Amino acid sequence: MNLKLKIWRQENANSKGGFEEFQMKDVSVDSSFLEMLDQLNYQLEEEGKDPIHFDHDCREGICGMCSLYINGEPHGPTQTTTCQLHMRSFKDGDTIVIEPWRATAFPVVKDLVVDRTSFDNIIQAGGYISVNTGGTTSDANEILIPKEVANEAMDAATCIGCGACVAACKNASAMLFVSAKVSHLGLLPQGKVEAKKRAENMVAQMDAEGFGACTNTGACSAQCPKEISLTNIARLNREYLSAKFTSDNN
Amino acid sequence: MSWLTDTLTSTLGRKVIMSLTGLFLILFLVVHLAGNLQLITDPTGEAFNVYAHTMANNPLIQVVSIGNFFFILLHIITSIMLTMKNKKARGVNYSVGGKSSTWASRNMGALGTVILIFLVVHLKGFWFKSKSGQLEMIEYGGVEYGDLYGVVNAAYSNIWYTLFYVVCMGLMAFHLSHGFQSAFQTLGLNHKKYTPIIKGVGKVFSIVIPIAFAIIPIWMFAQNA
Repeated sequence: MNLKLKIWRQENANSKGGFEEFQMKDVSVDSSFLEMLDQLNYQLEEEGKDPIHFDHDCREGICGMCSLYINGEPHGPTQTTTCQLHMRSFKDGDTIVIEPWRATAFPVVKDLVVDRTSFDNIIQAGGYISVNTGGTTSDANEILIPKEVANEAMDAATCIGCGACVAACKNASAMLFVSAKVSHLGLLPQGKVEAKKRAENMVAQMDAEGFGACTNTGACSAQCPKEISLTNIARLNREYLSAKFTSDNN
Repeated sequence: MSWLTDTLTSTLGRKVIMSLTGLFLILFLVVHLAGNLQLITDPTGEAFNVYAHTMANNPLIQVVSIGNFFFILLHIITSIMLTMKNKKARGVNYSVGGKSSTWASRNMGALGTVILIFLVVHLKGFWFKSKSGQLEMIEYGGVEYGDLYGVVNAAYSNIWYTLFYVVCMGLMAFHLSHGFQSAFQTLGLNHKKYTPIIKGVGKVFSIVIPIAFAIIPIWMFAQNA
């Protein structure tokens, strides 16, 4: 199939970017979206030009490294990660517009690569369970957890932190990401201990990183490759408010 | 800053302010509509004029009305602050816009701005006139009342005023269609059993209330035509 690509090129975070057009010939419908970009980069390298920079790692849909805002949708037209998107989702002669995630908290590194360190900072603010080693370690299955609760926590835990929620949100809000982490840890008995502090600190960090507020449009969940539900955002709102009004932190 | 100001100025805290003030204004709409329907039920205007007089002279209603104005202002100011933060959070806009959400939910600010313009026109035409003593007096059973009905009736014999009112009610329907259910989600009130009910009630509310409001000017215009 033949395609026209409009790709965002930007030298670095401080330079002004712009779109560059490319004509692609003989792209296999069976190739993945990233393989199509690899094909373009081979061409560019042969011509002695700077290849297009984009993020990718496992290419199995589990690491959360790939991004790309394709034709107005994070990860493109199917509800998967970009690496799991295949060219059969497009038609011969299509024009495909590829942009980086757009958020002040995700500055462009180069071309389509953005810096998602802000997500790591939010995790460091409370997205973990403290492990206090002191001879009190217990067996993994010692604490009984109802299957329904384990399922709910697991659904939230499938978040791979790719940032599609931020990219999809008209406010570049990170609420779906933060709510998935707060839900995943807060639902389990081991995580409940630090639930209040976690909700308070993670929301404070989210605000400090410069993410927007949630308008409950639902675009994040609709675009999430792991289909994280909006019920998690309601849970985060609940946990945050109750923590703020009942915790011992002044 | 104390924990309270900290909470109320966080993005979540600001959203809670939007939610609570929004829910108050939703309640206000119901009360306002109940009063307005007397414009139709009593074409002589007596019921409406007596009602308007009672509302304007009841101290409890006065307190609630100050609260109402305060909540409207708070709703607007908070939304401006949130919108500014949200615009800054996006930074550079996409060249291809996303459409994986409802039109109303993406345009709450624009819809709210139209409602604000409507409010200014509406208050200037009715509320300000009655407060600044511009009403003609009318007598029912030996007691004098301001003839607010006459002002309303005159306004709705104008096709443009009537059309403006009806169009604004249509846009308010979209604002409500997202705002009603969104307010509950913001407060964390999401439950398998109740969320479908809230969404259903919200849908019905956002259609029925604006239509009931819009029927009044249409009906009065038809009476005068």
